[in-house]
Amino acid sequence: MDLKAQIAQIENLMVASFACSFLATELDARWGVGTVVERLRGMGLPEDRAEDVQIALAEAVNNIVEHAYADTAPGDVDIGCNLDTQQLWISIADAGRPLPRGNLTAGNPADLSVPREDLPEGGYGWFLIRELTSRIIYERNNGNNRLSLCFDVGNSCR
Amino acid sequence: MSLTSTMTESGQIVTVNAERIDAAIAIQFKEDMRSETEGGASRVILDLSEVKFIDSSGLGAIVAAMKQLGSSRKLDLAGLSPMVEKVFRLTRMDTVFDLYASLSEATAVRNT
Repeated sequence: MDLKAQIAQIENLMVASFACSFLATELDARWGVGTVVERLRGMGLPEDRAEDVQIALAEAVNNIVEHAYADTAPGDVDIGCNLDTQQLWISIADAGRPLPRGNLTAGNPADLSVPREDLPEGGYGWFLIRELTSRIIYERNNGNNRLSLCFDVGNSCR
Repeated sequence: MSLTSTMTESGQIVTVNAERIDAAIAIQFKEDMRSETEGGASRVILDLSEVKFIDSSGLGAIVAAMKQLGSSRKLDLAGLSPMVEKVFRLTRMDTVFDLYASLSEATAVRNT
């Protein structure tokens, strides 16, 4: 086995994953996001990246609480994390309403050059998610949503 | 949500006594800010020193608090922790508000 293959094998061994589920309420969401971020810190995710994950994940989970389960009793949010030396993938699944497609593609930040009485009081969440992630994948299957967020962690994560 | 308020020569200081301004308390925050700043100084300094985390709902609530002050009054923000500052920077809200690293820096600027 050449050196490159050996390094690849070692890196594969460093993949770490875990899952976490909670009910889609505002307070359970706080707990769930906090728990995931603490575990990632414990796995060596650098603090700066952990902050990015906390901000983006909180927005994604809030969207589920406020929109996906808006018309029904709150259902489950299932989070899966997969961390290797290069990337952190976080998948967030729910059984609520589908995500409007426009949320994934609209890339422009809010126009802040308006008179201050016209400044938007919302709509910043998806912008934050897009700014903090390197890839976003959305799948809708059998009445379930799965949003996968990718964060680059480079080689700083051990 | 707990807010405390002090009148100073630099303006009214409103301190947020909470570690988070998030979706769970954003509406309460906006309402508490309304009653706390009613008929007050022309400059309000929101002291965020204790706040470690803010989400887009919290950000929206601070924008709402600024808007409900009306056009003749100003809302400045002080004591932003790294994560709070990051949210303001990413959403470019740092171009809308005057941000001060600490409360003492904010109060060093006289109300004009």
